[in-house]
Amino acid sequence: MKILLPALSPTMETGNLVKWLVKEGDSVVSGDILAEIETDKATMELESPDDGKVEKILVKEGTENISVNTEIALLRVDGEEIEEISEKPIEKSPQVSSNGSEQPATELKISMNSLLNQTKENSDEKNWSEKEISMREALNKAIEEEMEYDKDVFLLGEEVAEYDGAYKVTQGLLDKFGSKRVLDTPISEHGFTGLAIGAAMAGLKPVCEFMTFNFSMQAIDQIVNSAAKSLYMSGGEINVPIVFRGPNGAAARVGAQHSQCFISWFSHIPGLIVIAPSNARDAKGLLKSSIRNPNPVVFLEHELLYKEKTNVPEENDFLIPIGKGNLIKEGKDVTIIGFSMSVQRILNALPSINKLGISPDIIDLRSIKPLDEELIYKSVKKTNRVVIVEDGFGNTSFGSHLSYLIQSNCFDFLDSEIIKVSGKDVPMPYAENLEKLALPNTDEIVSAVKKVSYIN
Amino acid sequence: MNKKNKNNFTNDQLLKFYEKMFLIRKFEEKAAQLYGAGKIGGFCHLYIGQEAVVIGILSSINSEDTVITAYRDHGHILARGVDPKLVMSELTGRKDGISKGKGGSMHMFSKANRFYGGHGIVGAQVPLGVGIGFAHKYRNEKKISRVYLGDGAMSNGQVFEAFNLASLWELPVLFIIENNKYGMGTSIGRSAAGGELYERATVFGIKGEKVDGMNFFNVSESAIRAREYIEKNSKPYIIEMDTYRFRGHSMSDPGLYRTKDEVNKMKEIDPVLMMKETLLNDYKIQEETIKNVESDIKKQIKDVEKFSLESPLPDLKELYTEVYL
Repeated sequence: MKILLPALSPTMETGNLVKWLVKEGDSVVSGDILAEIETDKATMELESPDDGKVEKILVKEGTENISVNTEIALLRVDGEEIEEISEKPIEKSPQVSSNGSEQPATELKISMNSLLNQTKENSDEKNWSEKEISMREALNKAIEEEMEYDKDVFLLGEEVAEYDGAYKVTQGLLDKFGSKRVLDTPISEHGFTGLAIGAAMAGLKPVCEFMTFNFSMQAIDQIVNSAAKSLYMSGGEINVPIVFRGPNGAAARVGAQHSQCFISWFSHIPGLIVIAPSNARDAKGLLKSSIRNPNPVVFLEHELLYKEKTNVPEENDFLIPIGKGNLIKEGKDVTIIGFSMSVQRILNALPSINKLGISPDIIDLRSIKPLDEELIYKSVKKTNRVVIVEDGFGNTSFGSHLSYLIQSNCFDFLDSEIIKVSGKDVPMPYAENLEKLALPNTDEIVSAVKKVSYIN
Repeated sequence: MNKKNKNNFTNDQLLKFYEKMFLIRKFEEKAAQLYGAGKIGGFCHLYIGQEAVVIGILSSINSEDTVITAYRDHGHILARGVDPKLVMSELTGRKDGISKGKGGSMHMFSKANRFYGGHGIVGAQVPLGVGIGFAHKYRNEKKISRVYLGDGAMSNGQVFEAFNLASLWELPVLFIIENNKYGMGTSIGRSAAGGELYERATVFGIKGEKVDGMNFFNVSESAIRAREYIEKNSKPYIIEMDTYRFRGHSMSDPGLYRTKDEVNKMKEIDPVLMMKETLLNDYKIQEETIKNVESDIKKQIKDVEKFSLESPLPDLKELYTEVYL
């Protein structure tokens, strides 16, 4: 019987074989632990599916980035013939694509990092000592550094401490800072969010994690009515220095109640700062700035980006100012605007856009509120064409507001209608093909670029 | 020493507490008048009838302790010592209001006086107050977070989440339920199932009691007991105050849900009058002395009124300030 590397989380594509707990020739019964597998979220135990004898171990312990469904061992089960070992790892099950033009993730990763490396040269940033790390690690470093920097910073949320974080973002922080500053809460968003806001009113600087922003809806009153409005309605007396953070948007097939982008919701509220980074570098620099900011900050991450790596400065004084967008690719023909996951979608579409002979400006907003209007208008006045890509529902969306701002500030410069490629106005479906269809895809982005460029 | 005064307050101290209760009473009567005259807008929730609660609690309070409450907050901010002129000017929506005219009756705060509002969403102040208690503990401050809530909030979900967290994390919080029998127009009999309201906290391991909230001495005694318990055990405590509001829920309340007889009967145990009678009869404080206190307050309220009406409207540029720091 072939033992395959199983998918142990909704977003797992590869895993690491941390340790074999059996050796060749060992007898095992169903349920015995064969190995420890590290997924994108945690280290899990792999159980034997049947009684038998470990015939052969095919993947050595310590091997990383093994694709899901790779054969990792052979088990001789009584009464079964020994199977042939495949020459190659079994291919991943074919990915359903709505348009067949999705780029593989590895290419994306490289292009994001190289784009960031290019844009950096144009900025006035100093020469940092950089290391390629994932967004997950970058967020972890940001929290760790800020907790070292300011003893008033503390972290609370569900499973942030002893479990090491539902998505491993807070891994190791309990060990480092102790249970006074890293607190597991009950499943009680309304209560612990209010508690965190109260602590902020009294001068502490909480980092309040939502396991996903879907659960922040339980606490939306506290975020809107207590955190966002207190400074104003107290005439400046009470400020609320807090960061609400966690994954936002659609991950991978987790259904309607766990797949929604709340950027439009939070950006509607005066008093809230809203941040949505697309890459590890920005995630670190912006989370650190958010923790130091005296206002309530809604920091929206994306689960599918947690594993994506870019070069990130290791210095603890690396901060990215809130309110600054990033022109990640400079072109001339059209301005394509995205934030968070939609930046990746734009990069997926970039080869097809380039093939059309179109060279776009690509703007990663990074900060939704305050918004870098200057950067946007400067680009639009150059390209005269705009496509906005957002994962959230299109109806009364942030993209709608953005197109209002652009037409209002750049009316005379526009050579075409503004096109918005948004998530479809349906609860997120579960089926793989429908989920892909519900989110902005390459075809839609390319079609929008063609349309604003009057290319048939 | 009188048996009603287990806390050994001096006559001077008692007179000060009476002065505060009388100030709140007269302030609120003036607010009602100004509301009727169209000088105060929006919502205006008066504290008349509940004065013994806030002043009884005040008698046990360390000046460093913090206080948070919901929207019936005039009495609470006055008890914390904020200048009544600034409070009334907030009600009239003027520049000199404690929130610069941007908060209104329900949203008043003073960090200097350790008063954290002034919150308009029923129940929301309870987790916030627990968070303030969390901050006290985090910083090893010997302070207690005093969290007021009404009987109406006692059926609001986040309040129970807050009880759980306060008890689980052993936070220095005193919960004070001001049970004035009506959540807006709905009597507690029509809104709360089960037994006493404070018992809903005891299931989380929070010790508590129910007290006659119309009597300053009873409130004070239980508040001191609570303070000692919290300081000794580093755990939260809850007191349910049996009290009553003589006025409507807000100024626009027609009061159809209760009879005049009921209100009049409750006025027989008016906390301000009872306190005065106790001072006269049991403490032998001269009527003249009390009259002097009262006339000073009445005079002060006139000044407060004048100030709050003469203070200019906020500058128009204030519209866009203090959205962000």
